[in-house]
Amino acid sequence: MLGTLQRLGRWGLGVFERLGRGHLFLLQTIGCLGVIVMRPRLVIRELHSVGVLSLLIIVVSGTFVGMVLAYQGYITLVRFGAAEALGTAVALSLVRELGPVVTALLFAGRAGSALTAEIGLMKATEQLSGMEMMAVNPMQRVIAPRFWAAFLSMPLLAAIFSAVGVMGGYFVGVGLLGVDGGSYWSQMQASVDFHEDVMNGIIKSVAFGFVAAWIALFEGYDAVPTSEGVSRATTRTVVHTALAVLALDFILTGLMFQ
Amino acid sequence: MTTRTIEILVGIFVALGLAALFMLAMKVSNLTEYSDEGGYTVSANFDNIGGLKVRAPVTMAGVRIGRVTGIQYDRERYQATVAMTIAPAYDYLPVDSHASIFTAGLLGEQYIAIEPGAEDETLRQGGRIEHTQSALVLEQIIGRVLVSLTTGGGNGNE
Repeated sequence: MLGTLQRLGRWGLGVFERLGRGHLFLLQTIGCLGVIVMRPRLVIRELHSVGVLSLLIIVVSGTFVGMVLAYQGYITLVRFGAAEALGTAVALSLVRELGPVVTALLFAGRAGSALTAEIGLMKATEQLSGMEMMAVNPMQRVIAPRFWAAFLSMPLLAAIFSAVGVMGGYFVGVGLLGVDGGSYWSQMQASVDFHEDVMNGIIKSVAFGFVAAWIALFEGYDAVPTSEGVSRATTRTVVHTALAVLALDFILTGLMFQ
Repeated sequence: MTTRTIEILVGIFVALGLAALFMLAMKVSNLTEYSDEGGYTVSANFDNIGGLKVRAPVTMAGVRIGRVTGIQYDRERYQATVAMTIAPAYDYLPVDSHASIFTAGLLGEQYIAIEPGAEDETLRQGGRIEHTQSALVLEQIIGRVLVSLTTGGGNGNE
């Protein structure tokens, strides 16, 4: 009985300790964010590996999500004789929900895991300690540029995802299923509000970018410096980012669309 | 890869992202409609506005000439006061114009249709449209139809 209680207590303490380390890490990172002004080149290089290289998967999945939405939406809407509202259905689901959320999930798999593995391996091979020995602050040299890159990439990627998805929906809805092209766009414009829908989607993706960057970098920085530890940290990044994004999305949706 | 290539690729990425945002703003959402902000405001009282919402369109002969900018309840007249902003290009509405609330399609959103009157004097900023027609509430119509049907059936039996 007491043993079980003790294990529970140890587990709880461990969770709180990790939470605390995570927040301290975030504070330290925020303290180093000036790197974008001092050494923008570092950020640009990370933007390439985090943002540009994620572009392909984002564009491909955005197109397919848009196309599938158009198919499914058409099947339901045509029953009510409201096939013209297809543009609205596709655009609202993409801009409000699917764009930010699916982008964040893909981002966690494509870029977040890579960031964790990279930093975890840097730690395992003692490159981070080596930098400290040379009086180079690894937070500033390694962590902060990657944080900026992930934080900046996410809204851009989410916007590309939504835009490409709307195009994919147009391709299927207008090109294959024969919805009128003019009403696809005009119904969309009539019902999608810039401040209510597009802006809230962007705010969501900014929040997801922040969380995804934080989790990926912290898991790497906090990884047990062995090959097994790095592998575990990478898995945790993907799982925790997905859970955090979904939970945050629920809260943000509740706050935004009352 | 050289730094130059990387920088160019990142430049393309950022440009693509901004272009997507621009497309979402201009092509997907109704941001373009905000450009015609301004104009003059007139108000009208309705007995029942049905499901009219702020930012619903105000039309004349089916052409959008403005937007509903405010809906309030008038305590003294027990009516709804609807404020609408009309674009400055349409500053020739006669003072005895008629405002009605219609529904676009069977279940579409509601809008205000203005029919011009015959007076020479035109509506100005802060003006009031006196002749109004409330929204049709579907339940009331169904109720009326039912009543007329039943009374009609009663007459037939007699």
